[in-house]
Amino acid sequence: MENPLSMHALFHIGPVPITEPVVVTWGIMLFLGLGSAWATRRLTMVPGKLQAVLEMFVTVIDDQIRDTMQRDPSPFRVLIGTIFLYVFIANSSAIIPGIEPPTAMIETDAALALIVLAATIFYGIRYQGLRGYLSAFAEPSWVMIPLNVIEQITRTFSLIVRLFGNVMSGVFVVGIILSLAGFLVPIPLMALDLLTGTVQAYIFAILATVFIGAAMGEH
Amino acid sequence: MTSDLIQIVSILAAAIAVSFGAIGPALAEGRAVAAAMDAIARQPEAAGTLSRTLFVGLAMIETMAIYTLVIALLVLFANPFV
Repeated sequence: MENPLSMHALFHIGPVPITEPVVVTWGIMLFLGLGSAWATRRLTMVPGKLQAVLEMFVTVIDDQIRDTMQRDPSPFRVLIGTIFLYVFIANSSAIIPGIEPPTAMIETDAALALIVLAATIFYGIRYQGLRGYLSAFAEPSWVMIPLNVIEQITRTFSLIVRLFGNVMSGVFVVGIILSLAGFLVPIPLMALDLLTGTVQAYIFAILATVFIGAAMGEH
Repeated sequence: MTSDLIQIVSILAAAIAVSFGAIGPALAEGRAVAAAMDAIARQPEAAGTLSRTLFVGLAMIETMAIYTLVIALLVLFANPFV
């Protein structure tokens, strides 16, 4: 049984080992970047089919952010939308034979969660000021400072472990079933994986929104 | 010999951790979904907000089960004593 916590380098560029999740991640980045550039190269006032779909997608993301944060979604659309799209496509990439989703490796999830943590601090300081953001740690009284600091760490950690655990366990279960019975038997489980991946992408994006919204305080 | 024993104990520990760790979140998720169904039955127009909050809450509860899974994997694959 393959160890889900370790990785092998596919090849080396100079002294830097390149592993499979890195290659898949860059593939997804290329796909998303070129796909977005191609899909938005000819925008018109009267949308065609493709543009209508894209506009609907952006509207849905905007509505979710507005409902969760009770704020104007435009400053957060790029970050939250990109996180959702990346996690969604990464989780769904398991349906391509031979590709393991990069989110099934704890390093990818750690990077994503650290991006969310950095965004939390960035927006907190930007909207409340450094003083306001730091004094929010002492709410409702100074006794809560250690707990509030620990909360920042544990919720980042839980973001990492939640995404990692869900995606990795899906890959793992399909691997075990494949080694027992190969033909057609893993298909229901792979369908379940697609559902879990979509839900986890949504939850990751919504939790990022909730954390950023909480850091910005009341308005 | 000792290494074999440690591996046997590790597998037992992983099985126990996952099985007992799943009980709490299972009960909690059942209660949460039941409460959400109740709320939606009473107030169907709030279904959107309720289901979004339910999903986020379920993800939070589910994390507890995932923690035990990760600990089981650490015991099985990254055991410092083997």
